Amino acid sequence: MHAPKPPTVISVAGLSKTYAGGFQALKNIDLTILRGEIFALLGPNGAGKTTLISIVCGIVNPTIGTVTVDGYDIRDDYRAARSKIGLVPQELTTDAFESVWATVSFSRGLFGKRPNPAHIERVLKELSLFDKKDNKIMTLSGGMKRRVMIAKALSHEPEILFLDEPSAGVDVSLRKDMWQLVRELRESGVTIILTTHYIEEAEEMADRVGVMRKGELILVEEKATLMRKLGKKQLTLELSAPLDGVPTTVANYDIALMNDGRDLVYTYDTKAERTGITTLLEELKRAGVSFKDLHTTQSSLEDIFVDLTSR
Amino acid sequence: MNLQAIRAIYFFEMNRTRRTLLQSIVSPVISTSLYFVVFGAAIGSRITEIDGIAYGAFIVPGLIMLTLLQQSVTNASFGIYFPRFAGTIYEILSAPISYLEIVTGYVGAAATKSIIVGLIILITAFFFVPVRIDHPVWMIAFLLLTAVTFCLFGFIIGIWADGFEKLQVIPLLVIAPLTFLGGSFYSINLLPPFWQKVALVNPVVYLISGFRWSFYGVSDVGVGVSLAMTCVFLVVCIVIVGWIFRTGYRLRN
Repeated sequence: MHAPKPPTVISVAGLSKTYAGGFQALKNIDLTILRGEIFALLGPNGAGKTTLISIVCGIVNPTIGTVTVDGYDIRDDYRAARSKIGLVPQELTTDAFESVWATVSFSRGLFGKRPNPAHIERVLKELSLFDKKDNKIMTLSGGMKRRVMIAKALSHEPEILFLDEPSAGVDVSLRKDMWQLVRELRESGVTIILTTHYIEEAEEMADRVGVMRKGELILVEEKATLMRKLGKKQLTLELSAPLDGVPTTVANYDIALMNDGRDLVYTYDTKAERTGITTLLEELKRAGVSFKDLHTTQSSLEDIFVDLTSR
Repeated sequence: MNLQAIRAIYFFEMNRTRRTLLQSIVSPVISTSLYFVVFGAAIGSRITEIDGIAYGAFIVPGLIMLTLLQQSVTNASFGIYFPRFAGTIYEILSAPISYLEIVTGYVGAAATKSIIVGLIILITAFFFVPVRIDHPVWMIAFLLLTAVTFCLFGFIIGIWADGFEKLQVIPLLVIAPLTFLGGSFYSINLLPPFWQKVALVNPVVYLISGFRWSFYGVSDVGVGVSLAMTCVFLVVCIVIVGWIFRTGYRLRN
């Protein structure tokens, strides 16, 4: 019997990167990725997400700091560290003149794995690429090229998969396929780290979320905790008759008139002991305000994200 | 040692050669054949012989070297520059391969290709002029050494270049003049004494001289000196490539 593997699969400590031009892309990053999780890295363009991924994958040298992958230092034990990682970069960079089959087989070889046509066939079928296996890559659509890049990353059976902006320039159906594949990979034990601008996907897929801004990792949190912690809820009351102003008796509530006075919106904190909804409604009743409908909305990860990164 | 990776890179590069057969193999052979016609037949008919060798045959080693140098530099520089240009280099850099393995794959493929071209030209030469090879083992040794050395040199250019122009500049402005002035078509002993001294600064003189010796047993400079100079240049290239990888120059920065 093998001893169970430690829960940490990637460990980043004190990592900084200053490019030759003097631009500091990463500032003292500490991050732990857990085995088998889906970790979403969010942040605006230029926040340092791609630099962070590039360092872990060995494409860019760090200025200072250490990174270990499954216990192997990315510099001292680069072979062991890199052989565990599959990377799908953001840019669609492919060998235009190669066939799909050749380029995916090439990737497997680069990672030191013996040829295994059965595995390549399985990967291509899973990505609906098998019927295009003999096509030159340049003849494929953008979405298909993206699939080819995923196939290359999966060709050598990685334990960790990096997806850098996987949804960029991808249509809805491919995006759905891709997320399905990500779920299946996670089921099979693969750790997945992704960066995305489509926050709803991070919200839907990720176990944990990290937010980067200007080279700093400003937050790492369980997605659910994050939502709870920063999540605000809004109660919208659709009024029977429009109001000119907020009734004075409820003026001390975080309340606003919207939609030309037809909606009364109350923002409250879900983690507070009392939401204040009951008393608000009583006050409104007393003030003679009646409403025909009501609904609540929870702030999305996107709202939280915009809130964090715009500070 | 990640032999699978070396194999993958080598065959990837050789496939590229096969796809571009006209440009890679046929065109250098045709252009060299033109040299035989022009220099060997037209001009050579008036020069008759140098060092007791028919002029047409005399230029064969120089012509092979000329092509070998240009092909080696061009193939190797393009081989590593193109993935950098297209962005596919990310995969090489993220793969569990050592620098030595990367260089072996790329330089090995580029050298194979230029040696193939060199041998085809040699075979072609037999159809035009009376070629003889006195020291075949040394001939092959010089061929190999030169191809590997200049493929390494090309590899360096391919890393250094940040545009297609820079990629072309070295073969056109450095390699071509050095080869033409390095005694491809004449013995440097035919030069005035002053220019003979100047020629000795040109590293290509040693390559051509040694290579010609392996054919006809005559040389401009001692064959030992030729061999030593070739090895010096090889070592210089290895040191620069080592430095590139140690610092991540233009690759990991």
